Amino acid sequence: MSAASTTVAIIDSGGANIASLQFALQRLGARPLLTSDHDIIRQADRVILPGVGAARAAMTRLHEKGLDALVPTLTQPLLGICLGMQLLFDGSDEDDTDCLGLIEGRARLFEAAPDRPVPHMGWNRVEKTRNARLLDGIPDGAYFYFVHSYAVDPVATTTGSTDYGRVFTSVVRKGNFMGTQFHPERSGENGARLLQNFLHLVD
Amino acid sequence: MRDGKVVKGVQFRNHEVVGDILALAERYRNEGADELVFYDITASPEGRSVDRSWINRVAEVLDIPFCVAGGIRSLQDAEEMLNFGADKISINSPALARPELISELARRFGSQCVVVGIDSRDEDGVYRVYQNTGDPDKTSRAGRETVAWVKEAEQRGAGEFVLNCMNQDGVRQGYDLQQLALVRENCTVPLIASGGAGAPEHFSDVFEQAHVDGALAASVFHKQIIEIGALKKYLQEHHIEVRLS
Repeated sequence: MSAASTTVAIIDSGGANIASLQFALQRLGARPLLTSDHDIIRQADRVILPGVGAARAAMTRLHEKGLDALVPTLTQPLLGICLGMQLLFDGSDEDDTDCLGLIEGRARLFEAAPDRPVPHMGWNRVEKTRNARLLDGIPDGAYFYFVHSYAVDPVATTTGSTDYGRVFTSVVRKGNFMGTQFHPERSGENGARLLQNFLHLVD
Repeated sequence: MRDGKVVKGVQFRNHEVVGDILALAERYRNEGADELVFYDITASPEGRSVDRSWINRVAEVLDIPFCVAGGIRSLQDAEEMLNFGADKISINSPALARPELISELARRFGSQCVVVGIDSRDEDGVYRVYQNTGDPDKTSRAGRETVAWVKEAEQRGAGEFVLNCMNQDGVRQGYDLQQLALVRENCTVPLIASGGAGAPEHFSDVFEQAHVDGALAASVFHKQIIEIGALKKYLQEHHIEVRLS
């Protein structure tokens, strides 16, 4: 499959600003489509679950469209970004929300410190914790762009971790479900490479 | 920016056209800029908003975060910019006119994308906020002291400050370290220094002495007096953490 023919269903959970993500995928030659249509999502080569805002509001919107039931049945590679990654886990302390439960772990709030404001916003390093196709060709300790207040502690399926007062999961993969806490579409060359890796995954 | 072109003034007067937006945006991205800020300095004084279609074109070519400033008076203004692909919006004069706007924006979009820009001038040891600084004829005191405004804006939900020290703006004599250090002590969200950069040591000084989270510059980059990649290497040699790709 060539990237030129890769269709990417971006799940429309409402509210999320996805212009940057669509442009990033287009620059890589893929065909992004913002949708909540179950058939289109099921047939896409790749699925992305974006997300900004609060966990409970996002889960509610997914539930309203039956997407919380659809996502766990998908078999193609799926990438959750930022809040979208957190939604793949069991739950979030944000409004005590039950999430999709596809990966064990729970998002919890950062503790602000004088030199560490919350949200964690800006460029930070990702250390590879396991061999990960998503991070192929990307140097260990490379910088990516983060914007978030909640984070998941490292779990067995964590493939990249980042330190912001506490170490957290910044890249995760369990089977076809993967996620990044940072925004690859806003992370320059490293982010573009990660998205390219996602489009070209063969396993 | 004015009428879709990039301009940069010396102490906010006498703007000269220095380049096309998209070409410049890509150049800075390739040189290693961590974030770009686009100001429409004509928007607030003339009582109008920007033609925003250019934001979408910037988002199309740019893969680093960028912020848009100028003429944001309502949630609709901000929403349009964010939908076009801006990562953050920066408000200045409209926030001074109606501080509740900061709270409304933060509630609707989250503090992380609400930047408050402050133009501040040292007047005999008192730092005062100025408004409508895009137009020299309409620039005026906002009737607020800078530190008090920073505290109020943060309480209302500002997620970041860009402090432009007007005494230093465009003259390339270095950032206003004293003022920036004072503001740094009085806010907990990220603080970006603006106004006065003229040489690499000005950047290392502002990180080391004023402990700011970022340093913004325009004229030294526009006029290619400093190249961003070389600047970041200089900062790294001075043990300041920078992103080198």
